[in-house]
Amino acid sequence: MRKESAAPAMAPFRLNAPGDLETLRNKIIESRDPNRPEIVVCHGNGCLASGAPKVAEAFKAALAETGINAKLMPGVKTTGCQGLCSKGPLVQIRPQGYFYERVQPKDALEIVEKSVMAGEPVERLMHKDPETGKPLYTEEEIPFYSLQERLVLRRIGKIDPTDISDAIAEGAYAGLAKALHSMTPEEVVREVEKSGLRGRGGAGFPTGRKWRSALSAIEKKGRPVYVVVNGDEGDPGAFMDGAIMEGDPHSVLEGLILGAYALGAEQGYLYVRAEYPVAIRHLEMAMAQAREYGLLGENILGTGFKFDARINRGAGAFVCGESTALFTSIEGKPGNPRPKYVRSVEEGLWGRPTVLNNVETWANIPLVLGRGGQWYASLGVPHSTGTKVFCLVGKVDNVGLVEVPMGTPMDRIVTDIGGGVSGGKPFKAVQTGGPSGGCLPYSLKDTPVDFDSLTKAGSMMGSGAMIVMDEHDCVVDLGRYFLKFLEEESCGKCLPCRLGLTRMREILDGFSRGEGSEADIADLTSLAEALKDGALCALGGSAPNPVLTTIRYFRDEYLAHVSDHKCPAGVCKHLIVYAIDPEKCTGCGACAKNCPVECVTGEKKEPHVIDAAACLRCGICKETCKFDAIFIE
Amino acid sequence: MNEITFTINDQAVKARRGWTVLETARECGIHIPTLCHHPAVTPSGACRLCMVELRDGDWAKLVASCIYPAAEGIHVYTDTARVKNVRNWIFQMLLAAAPASREIAELAARHGVTGTRFAAKDPDEMCMVCGLCQRVCEEVVGLSAIAVVDRGVHKRVGAPFMQPTDVCVACGCCVNICPTGAMRKLFDSVRGETATKLTQLAV
Ligand SMILES: Cc1cc2nc3c(=O)[nH]c(=O)nc-3n(C[C@H](O)[C@H](O)[C@H](O)COP(=O)(O)O)c2cc1C
Ligand code: SF4
Ligand code: SF4
Ligand code: SF4
Ligand code: FES
Repeated sequence: MRKESAAPAMAPFRLNAPGDLETLRNKIIESRDPNRPEIVVCHGNGCLASGAPKVAEAFKAALAETGINAKLMPGVKTTGCQGLCSKGPLVQIRPQGYFYERVQPKDALEIVEKSVMAGEPVERLMHKDPETGKPLYTEEEIPFYSLQERLVLRRIGKIDPTDISDAIAEGAYAGLAKALHSMTPEEVVREVEKSGLRGRGGAGFPTGRKWRSALSAIEKKGRPVYVVVNGDEGDPGAFMDGAIMEGDPHSVLEGLILGAYALGAEQGYLYVRAEYPVAIRHLEMAMAQAREYGLLGENILGTGFKFDARINRGAGAFVCGESTALFTSIEGKPGNPRPKYVRSVEEGLWGRPTVLNNVETWANIPLVLGRGGQWYASLGVPHSTGTKVFCLVGKVDNVGLVEVPMGTPMDRIVTDIGGGVSGGKPFKAVQTGGPSGGCLPYSLKDTPVDFDSLTKAGSMMGSGAMIVMDEHDCVVDLGRYFLKFLEEESCGKCLPCRLGLTRMREILDGFSRGEGSEADIADLTSLAEALKDGALCALGGSAPNPVLTTIRYFRDEYLAHVSDHKCPAGVCKHLIVYAIDPEKCTGCGACAKNCPVECVTGEKKEPHVIDAAACLRCGICKETCKFDAIFIE
Repeated sequence: MNEITFTINDQAVKARRGWTVLETARECGIHIPTLCHHPAVTPSGACRLCMVELRDGDWAKLVASCIYPAAEGIHVYTDTARVKNVRNWIFQMLLAAAPASREIAELAARHGVTGTRFAAKDPDEMCMVCGLCQRVCEEVVGLSAIAVVDRGVHKRVGAPFMQPTDVCVACGCCVNICPTGAMRKLFDSVRGETATKLTQLAV
C-alpha cells in the first residue's frame, strides 16, 4: 500500500460542491488506462500470514528483471482481504481478472512473463472446479465468489485502501454527495427507516428506529449528539469488521458522515480494537485524505455542514464492545457496563444522545443512500433486509469472508460457498454468534440465516462468526471453550456472571471427565437460565447460549459423556483410549520414541501396544504414526 | 403529577417520581432480598438478588428492582418461577463463595435455600465482593481507603495495593454497611497504623 511512494494519482483538490465529486471521479477514471496491466496482491490478514508481502516483493523484482516497457509498466497493488483466506496468498491479474491462489515468490516471474506480458493464464495456480478439477480463471467462475452477493465488500480487494482516489473511482462518497445535494437530514433518516436495515453488531436492532429515537432525545435534551462506530470486534473467530476497516475504510467513514448529517452531529468517534493496528492506520489515512478533499471537517462539500471524527483505541477487552462499557471507555474510565435502565440513544457518551452502530452497519449506510432504501429493502428477506458478511471458519475448505443476502440457507453458505467439510462428509453443526450465539445441527441445514430464523432455532446472528464443526468436534468441549473465554472477559461486576460462568464451566469439566448425571444436565440448564435472566449485561446474559443450544440439539452427546463415559467425538481426554491396530502397525517404533511417558512398548518390527493406564492422551503417538495404525477407541 | 401508580404482585402501589421499584416495595412493606443495595450510596446493581419480573400480557422480562425506575402502569412480580430460579442459584453460589458469612446463610435460609451444590473454595471466606464498603468509603466518608482490585472472576476488595493504609480514619462505616460481616474481619488489613492508634484512643 502507498507509503513513501508518490502522491495519489490525483493531486488533492477541495471539493466545493456536491457535484464536484462526480467531476473528480470522471477525471480519475479518464486518467487511467483500463488496459494497463495490474498485479493485485491481497494483503488481508490471512494472506499476510501466508506470506503475501514476500510475494509482492517478488513481483517487483520480476518486473525489474524482465525490463518491461516503461509505458506499459504494470502496477503492483496491495488490497484488503479478497475473501478466500485459506487459499492465500491470492493474486489477481488485470485486466483479464486471472485469479491465482497459494502464490509463492518463485511463481512471480512466470506470472509476469505469461499473464502480464502475454495475457495468458497460468492454470496450475488457479482454483479448480471441485467436481471436474478444471481450472477456473476468474472470480466470476469460482463458486465461492459467484454465489455471493458482495455489496458491503464490493470495493474490498479491489481498491488500495490507502488511496482515496481509488475509492472515489469505485463510487465512494457518492451517497454522501447525493444526500448533501438533494436530501434533508429528515429524508436521510426516512431512507434508513425504509431500508429495514438492522444493526449488524449482534442484537439486530432496527437502525432507522434507533436514529429516530435519537432525534426524539435531541428534541428533549438538545444537542450535542454523538455518532459512534463500534469497531471493538472481540468475538473469537470474527474478523469481518476488521476486514472492512482495513480494506475499505471510506465505506465506514462515509456512513458515519451521513449519520452525522442526519442527526446534526458535529463529532464522531471510531472505537477500534487496539489489536487492529492496520485498521487504525487505514482509518487515520482515510480521514486525513477525506479532510484534504473537503469530505470531512469544516464546510463539507461546500455545503456548510461541519463534522469531524476521531479514533479511540479499544482497551482490549471483549466487554468494551458492549455499548455502555464502550462509552465509559471512551470517557477515559475503566470499560465496565453501566448498571442503568436508560437507553444509550438518550444518555450515551457523556450523558448525551448518542447513536452507536456497528462497523458493518455504518458501511451499509452509503448503499442505502446511494441506491435508495426501497432498493435495499428488496434484498434479503422481509424482516432481515440486505446482506450479511460472515467469517466462515472451522472445518470448511474455503475459510474466509463471505457476504450473502439475509435469509440464505445455512447449507448454501457452508457447503456451496464454503466447499463443505474436507473429505466431503456432512458437517456436524454450525456455531453462529461466537460465545453468545448458538449451535445448530446438520438437520437444520436449511435454516434461513437471518435474525429471526436463527433466534427461533435458539441460536443468534451475533456479529457474524460462523464456525463449522465436524464429527471430530465435541459439543461439551465447545461449551467449555467459550465459557473459559468469557471467564477471562467478564468484568466481574455482577454476581451471576462473575460466579456463574465458572460454575457452569466446572459442571462441564465434570462431564468431560465422565462425571455427572442427567440431574446435572438439568441443573446446568436451570443455572444457565438464571444467568440469562439475572446478568447485568448481555455478556453474561448470552453466555449460556452455546450450552443451552447444544443441550437442546445434542442431548445424546451429553448423555454419552455422563452415562456411558464416552466422548463420541474423541476429544475429551479422560474419556478416550488410544490403541494400536496390530494389522496396520509395522513396528517402526516412531510412536514409542516420541511418547513423553514411554508407555508404548513392543519389539522392533512387531506390533506395539499402548499402556492405557500410563497414557497421557496427548495424541503425539497418533500424530507420529506414518501408517495410521493408532486410533481412538 | 408527581405520583406514579403501578402494581406489585397485583396490588396497586404508589411511588414518588424518581423512586425505584425496590424503594416503592419497601415503602409498601413488600420484601425483596438485597445484598449490594444501601440507600446511602450509589446503587451498583451487582448482586442481582433483587430481580423482579415485569409483565405485560405475554411479554415478560427480569430487571433489578434496586435500579429499575418506578414507572406508570407497569406490572411487577416479586416471586415468579423465573425470579425464584435466579435467586436460588445466586444463593447457592453465594453459600459456596462466602461460606463463613452467617448473614448470607440466614438470608438464603429465609428464601428456602439451605444448601449448595457447589464446593466452597475457601471455607473462611465471608466477602462476596458487593463493593458496598468501597462505595461508602468513597462516597460518604470521602476517602478511598478501600479498593476493588482485579477484574472479572478474580475481583477482590481490600486496601489499595493490598497494604494497610493510613488513609483510613477508622470511622467504621465500611464495617457497618457490610452485608456479610466480612469487613469485621478484613478491617485490620485495611486500616494502617494511624487509624489503629485512633481507634485505641477512642476506646
Ligand atoms: C459483551 C458484548 C460485546 C459486544 N461487542 C460488540 C462488538 O465488538 N462490536 C459491535 O458492533 N457490537 C458489539 N456488541 C453489541 C453492542 O452492545 C451494540 O449493540 C452494537 O454496537 C450496536 O450497533 P448495531 O445496532 O449497529 O448492531 C457487544 C455486546 C456485548 C454485550
Ligand atoms: S454480565 Fe458479566 S460482563 Fe456484564 S456486567 Fe455482569 S459481570 Fe460484567
Ligand atoms: S473505616 Fe476506613 S476503610 Fe472503612 S469506611 Fe472508614 S475510612 Fe473507609
Ligand atoms: S467486605 Fe463486605 S461490603 Fe465489602 S465487598 Fe465484601 S461483602 Fe461487600
Ligand atoms: S440489590 Fe439490586 S442488584 Fe444487588
